Amino acid sequence: MKILVCISNVPDTTTKIKFTGDNKFLDTTGIQWVINPWDELSLTRALELKDDPKSGVKSVTVLHVGGAGSEPTIRKALAIGADDAVRVNAEPSDAYFVAGQIAEIVNREKYDIILCGIESSDYNGSEVGGMTAEFLDIPSFSSVSAIMIEGGAPVLTREIDGGKEIIATECPFVAVVQKGIAKEPRIASMRGIMSARSKQIRVFEPVQVEALTEIDAFEKPQPRAACKFVDPENPAELIDLLQNEAKVI
Amino acid sequence: MMETRNIIKSGEFLVREVENKDIFIPEEFDEEQRMIAATCSDFLESEVFPNLQAVEKGDRELMKSILKKSGDLGMMGISIPEEYGGFGQSFVTQMLVAETTGAGYSFSVAYMAHCGIGTLPIMYYGNEDQRQRYVTRLATGELIGAYCLTEPGAGSDANSGKTSARLSDDGRHYIINGQKMWITNAGFADTLVVFAKIDNDRVLSAFIIDADSPGVVIGPDEHKMGIKGSSTAQIYFNDVMVPVENLLGKRGEGFRIALSILHMGRIKLGANVIGAAKKAITDSVKYANERKQFGVQISTFGAIKHKLAEQVIRLFASESAVYRVSSDIDILMEKLKSEYGDKGRASIEAISHYAVEAALLKVVGSEMLDYIADEAVQIHGGMGYSSEMDVERGYRDSRINRIFEGTNEINRLLVADTAMKRAMKGDFDLFGEAEKLFAGLESLTSEKPAGEGYFAEKYRYLKNFKKIILLCMHAATKQFGKNLVTEQEVMNNITDMMMEAYLSESLALRIEKLENRRGMVTEYRDILDVNIYDTAGKIRKSAADAVYSIDLKESVPGLIKAVELLSEVEGINIKNSRRRIADKLIADNMYKF
Repeated sequence: MKILVCISNVPDTTTKIKFTGDNKFLDTTGIQWVINPWDELSLTRALELKDDPKSGVKSVTVLHVGGAGSEPTIRKALAIGADDAVRVNAEPSDAYFVAGQIAEIVNREKYDIILCGIESSDYNGSEVGGMTAEFLDIPSFSSVSAIMIEGGAPVLTREIDGGKEIIATECPFVAVVQKGIAKEPRIASMRGIMSARSKQIRVFEPVQVEALTEIDAFEKPQPRAACKFVDPENPAELIDLLQNEAKVI
Repeated sequence: MMETRNIIKSGEFLVREVENKDIFIPEEFDEEQRMIAATCSDFLESEVFPNLQAVEKGDRELMKSILKKSGDLGMMGISIPEEYGGFGQSFVTQMLVAETTGAGYSFSVAYMAHCGIGTLPIMYYGNEDQRQRYVTRLATGELIGAYCLTEPGAGSDANSGKTSARLSDDGRHYIINGQKMWITNAGFADTLVVFAKIDNDRVLSAFIIDADSPGVVIGPDEHKMGIKGSSTAQIYFNDVMVPVENLLGKRGEGFRIALSILHMGRIKLGANVIGAAKKAITDSVKYANERKQFGVQISTFGAIKHKLAEQVIRLFASESAVYRVSSDIDILMEKLKSEYGDKGRASIEAISHYAVEAALLKVVGSEMLDYIADEAVQIHGGMGYSSEMDVERGYRDSRINRIFEGTNEINRLLVADTAMKRAMKGDFDLFGEAEKLFAGLESLTSEKPAGEGYFAEKYRYLKNFKKIILLCMHAATKQFGKNLVTEQEVMNNITDMMMEAYLSESLALRIEKLENRRGMVTEYRDILDVNIYDTAGKIRKSAADAVYSIDLKESVPGLIKAVELLSEVEGINIKNSRRRIADKLIADNMYKF
């Protein structure tokens, strides 16, 4: 059984977000890039399954759609324990484009389980997993919080309103995973870091897939206005402010 | 690249300038080094920080299990060659790991004691059998190591230890008796490197002792001011039978081993404190950005900005010097490998060569962290005094750094003394240069800039500062001769100037190199501006103290005039410079320089 883990290269969560070019592009100056946290958890679970001889998982490959500049992030995934990596050499212009590229790789290399994080911490699209399954015409499961393989058969747990849903399925499928899939992301060991040097990153040129969306502009939330304190003994002032300044009553 | 860089000898910076291309800066860490650092900081986040309260309360088994987990990740094998189960990383990488783990409070002390003084004496001085039996297991954390040098009556004067060793009648064992104290990791260590005198030897020998040997008695943990999570205890040796094959190095080589290992420990402490300082600065700015008084965040106040900026400046300068010398050590190690034919021996010889910088970085680093930890508490106000806050722990933990690995008093003496001894040995011409300057005292002029521009002016100042140091050294040796070493106050003045000059020079070279790579960044120039301005003032004060204390009667006025002339730097608006540095820190809401 082969698992493909799709990884996004996202700004570190402490990054101060700025935009350039009429607010159409993220200003990447000085950004520290990391593996999207949900993808990192997917990778951890995939490696846990591989570590369990009963699972039948033989290999874990990571896939990234992006330029050569994202290779440190891919190398980190290899250091964490992925066996090899594929990079589709293209800017990930939108979810449809990315899903099309992933589907092409899966068609070529035949993976049994495709894992995608529920969202990426930069654009929060939550679209790639479902679209990939659609491209491949295979089942897709959203909000997956656990994956077990019992007697060669995958069993997934989905978080649903007020409870859980347990699903038995067959390969191949796409699982869109959320927190809980693994307890904590696995830390790259020194041996993993050393061996990442010799692991292969295969680079493919993109196939023709039309991007369906274009970003007009990004907008930051308005900064919060200063908080005004009203003396509890003076409700009239509060009413006046609500009526005449905030204009909410 | 590293191999083509020119390096200077230990202490030679006093008389020789280097170019920025010849130094390594932290911005040059490669992808693998960054990944190794990320592993260490991820480990702190997931295994150390959540357990700090419990280990601080004395849960030694928990601390041991955390250490073992770091071993599972390979963190204990960084300095160990691959043939002994490690990862054979460069000295720069070892220092980066020391820095990163330095943010881990007591864990950092336990981890560094194991990886450094607990393991490396065997790696550096052990024979093949000893390395196979111990180093391969220390490198993975299967064994935990401790280093037993200090005794109740032998602290800074380590060679005066009373622990004894005598050969058994059958010649198969040494029988060890004595008492060691302040032993880090004592509570759970498996392998002890113990220093003792064989028979009536004048000098120490070193032994590897299994902690479960009959007659080894571990005392209760000491109650300490800080680093409460690390185990520190006395160890008693009562007729402990140690196989003769566990003598480390040759008979009588122990003192040399102890000193060499201390050089290594000192320089690694210089890196260790950087990690702790970065954590304290980030804690400081986060709090200053959250805490509101008079309706605004306290980070908007000038007095707080001054503290934040000063924290950054001192850290950045110290960091520049630490990685500069670390890379020099790497280059020297490479050269020495062919000479010694052994990686371990080449490593310790290269580290020991940079004894001046090792002692210097130990002192400046520990004092830098103390300043930063103290201001971190101050920025937190009343909350900083609460044991709920990390800065309170950081403040207590910081204090030991000025005491262990050789007190700062011992190390201050070593900086100036070692540099002068190396010069006398002929490593570089210090006294000739100093004599020339002194002879021309009456006609002394300020250094001319070597070229146009911002950095040429800074290097001109630095050359002037070094001239002041040389003049003071000359005056001191002229007045006191061989007795100078007992004039500790004057030696301290000279060392203080050497420390400031080395840091400022390392900082200037780093920022110039950074500009060559990335273009000019105002805040980095601000760091250098404030540092040079402050260094001038500090050197002027230390030099004047030295000149008046040396009291070389007829030369005092001329020397003071020279000090005034050579410490002159252009005034800058230091308030605005500091505010810009602080503003970047405040905007980033974490240390990100």
